[in-house]
Amino acid sequence: MTTPHDTAAPPLKEGGAAPGRPPGDDTSAAAQQKRARLSRRWQRDMRWSPYAFVSPFFLLFVAFGLFPLLYTGWASLHQVELTAPTDMNWVGLRNYTRIFDDEFFWNAAWNTLTIGIISTVPQLLMAMGIAHILNYKLRASTFFRVAMLAPYATSIAAASLVFVMLFGRDYGMINWALDAVGINPVDWQNDKWASQIAVSSIIIWRWTGYNTLIYLAAMQAIPHDLYESAALDGASRWQQFIHVTVPALRPTILFTCVVSTIGASQVFGEPLLFDANKGTSGGAEHQFQTLGLYLYEQGWVAQHLGRASAIAWAMFLILIVIGIINYVISRRLRASS
Amino acid sequence: MRARTLPHSRLRSGGGTRTARRTRRAVVVATVAALGAGLLAGCADDGDGGGGSSSGGSGGGGGDKTTITLGLFGTMGFKEAGLYTEYEKLNPKIKIADNVIQRNENYYPPLLNHLTTNSGLLDVQAVEVANIAEIVNTQADKLSDFSKVSGVDKSKWLDWKWEQATTKDGQTIGLGTDVGPMAICYRTDLFKEAGLPTDPAEVGALWAGDWAKLITVGEQYKKKAPKGTVFMDSPGGLLNGIIGSEKEKFYDSSGEVIYKTNPAVKAAFDLTAEAAEKGLVQSQTQFQPAWNSTIANNKFAAISCPPWMLGTLKDNSKPEAKGKWAVATAPKSGNWGGSFLTVPKSGKNVEEAQKFVAWLTAPEQQAKLFKVQGSFPSAPAAYTSPEVTGAVNEMTGDQPIGTVFAAAAKSAPVQVIGPKDQIIQQGLSDNGVILVTKGKSAKEAWDSAVKSIDNKLDQ
Repeated sequence: MTTPHDTAAPPLKEGGAAPGRPPGDDTSAAAQQKRARLSRRWQRDMRWSPYAFVSPFFLLFVAFGLFPLLYTGWASLHQVELTAPTDMNWVGLRNYTRIFDDEFFWNAAWNTLTIGIISTVPQLLMAMGIAHILNYKLRASTFFRVAMLAPYATSIAAASLVFVMLFGRDYGMINWALDAVGINPVDWQNDKWASQIAVSSIIIWRWTGYNTLIYLAAMQAIPHDLYESAALDGASRWQQFIHVTVPALRPTILFTCVVSTIGASQVFGEPLLFDANKGTSGGAEHQFQTLGLYLYEQGWVAQHLGRASAIAWAMFLILIVIGIINYVISRRLRASS
Repeated sequence: MRARTLPHSRLRSGGGTRTARRTRRAVVVATVAALGAGLLAGCADDGDGGGGSSSGGSGGGGGDKTTITLGLFGTMGFKEAGLYTEYEKLNPKIKIADNVIQRNENYYPPLLNHLTTNSGLLDVQAVEVANIAEIVNTQADKLSDFSKVSGVDKSKWLDWKWEQATTKDGQTIGLGTDVGPMAICYRTDLFKEAGLPTDPAEVGALWAGDWAKLITVGEQYKKKAPKGTVFMDSPGGLLNGIIGSEKEKFYDSSGEVIYKTNPAVKAAFDLTAEAAEKGLVQSQTQFQPAWNSTIANNKFAAISCPPWMLGTLKDNSKPEAKGKWAVATAPKSGNWGGSFLTVPKSGKNVEEAQKFVAWLTAPEQQAKLFKVQGSFPSAPAAYTSPEVTGAVNEMTGDQPIGTVFAAAAKSAPVQVIGPKDQIIQQGLSDNGVILVTKGKSAKEAWDSAVKSIDNKLDQ
């Protein structure tokens, strides 16, 4: 690549190091050739080195991202069992068409939606409230902020096991507490809504702190004079929250909504561990089987790789639809603000 | 001599002298290559991962010792019974290393993966009885044939145990370690309070020959039941007991799925549902934390009981429950559980591994295993050994339990087992009969189970 003259540095005064080729005839043919070779090598280096630098990611992506994605798509068009993954029978779109009348799939999709709503909405509302409180001047505020993040740092497995004990029907602490205030014990694992609420509570417990910190960071970026002028206008704390904090947080709220939606559509560990024995069926009546669990059940328990692949792709398409909805809503919101 | 100063622009963009640049570039390229290759190779290479660094293969590592690696699930007890050290003493050139994964549902899918790709297998791999039919039907060509190994004598095993690991063309791919002859364990103190006999022979006579009689005993128990207790631990456990005593359960001998039409399965389901409707079983699923708590709290009087169940009871009971249990013969003998050891052909030490497995599953070693671990021998020759006949268990006090289980093992039917037995069994208990304890009718529960099972069986 040659440097265009009009953008090159102006020639230096006498005494400065001249960037150009020094005049004079000490340029023997050999030296010129050498310089040309070096220059070519230099150009090659400039051109190809960046690709070498970024290649690790792309090699990994091809091996562990793109290839599985494409192979899953290929497998979803076959009848193929885990016991003989190389033995594939072409079935065309059969794995997809049967999803339409697979009541277990739709049951799982519906559960994913309801668990997603039960877990995401209270989680974000609570996170907002807690962030608002943490935003006041508090003693040991760093301690509280770190403590908020502790559940997020806990492994799902450990958390779920503790929650299973808490939600036990006969000897769980929650039923014991309900009994103490005169409420009949709830069968947390086998009742449809109770079990979904229980699973959601694990998710809420884990993710509230994470969202709190995001909200808190955004709140601290809100200029103080907005609050001062609101206070001068006679706005109460609550009115300040509604009319100053929330509008200023709108982009952050949108971000947490998108991230939580994606998280909710992939819920897997909590319902799997909530019923450690029935595991992938998500309860005796599949009452808290999410799409992630159903996919796992088809693939690893029933060993139907083809069906599982089709479910994976269906989930992928559903996620894209959710993504588009999110995008449309966020554009509307941005336009209206 | 001072180095030639380079123009500033070159220093910034190129950096360093030419040789330094070349070296640096070489380093970068090498790093990139190593990273890429290493990470890609990482997934192809995990064969050694399972065995840990100790599995150096033959001749590797410490001197000229051969290391035999075992892949096991749960506590199979070989190490606990001191069998590794004993074998190492007998064969100074052998070292044994095992890799244990606690739950079979975490152990089996990777094993199946390794078998289908024929890589990443250890010298010896254990297989649970619920999976053996699938392995026999689909993976036999990757496993070595024990029927041709010298020193392995078919007649030492229970016939049905040997058959379970044998393909149609006579290839035996695994040797049985233990079986799960089923009896009924019951709490003598609770039975006494409820006005029932407590002597094992008398209790066994109450229900001998017919599972329906067990339900009748349950009703008697319920009439005078100690406060807060229920007759049996779970519908799943009872169903397992009844179905385990049938000759044909989910598959017929030609390999067809018949669970829906097999009257024996439906009868077992209905009988369990009846027990659930009458409130004779806890509303629990086995092996869950809540079920463990019911054991700890002494809330049920009886349980379908293969020998290994005594270990489960021990693990979950409070100390005061020790010695309060007794073992009675089940209405009909059956089997629940038991494992096999296989030797993959792709292993590093196939011959040594075969020798080791043959030794490990010989009657003498099985008897030692029973004494320590409660895994019941699959070799009848062991049933007369003092380790078995004189065996007592801390849960059952001084009752010699070996004879009860030995009788059950000998009279258990040669059961037809199929590749998807586990899915069907679990569907019937965990997606089916458990629902009766939640107030569904037996028919609704059956329909729900069938729908769930069929969806899993449908390819």
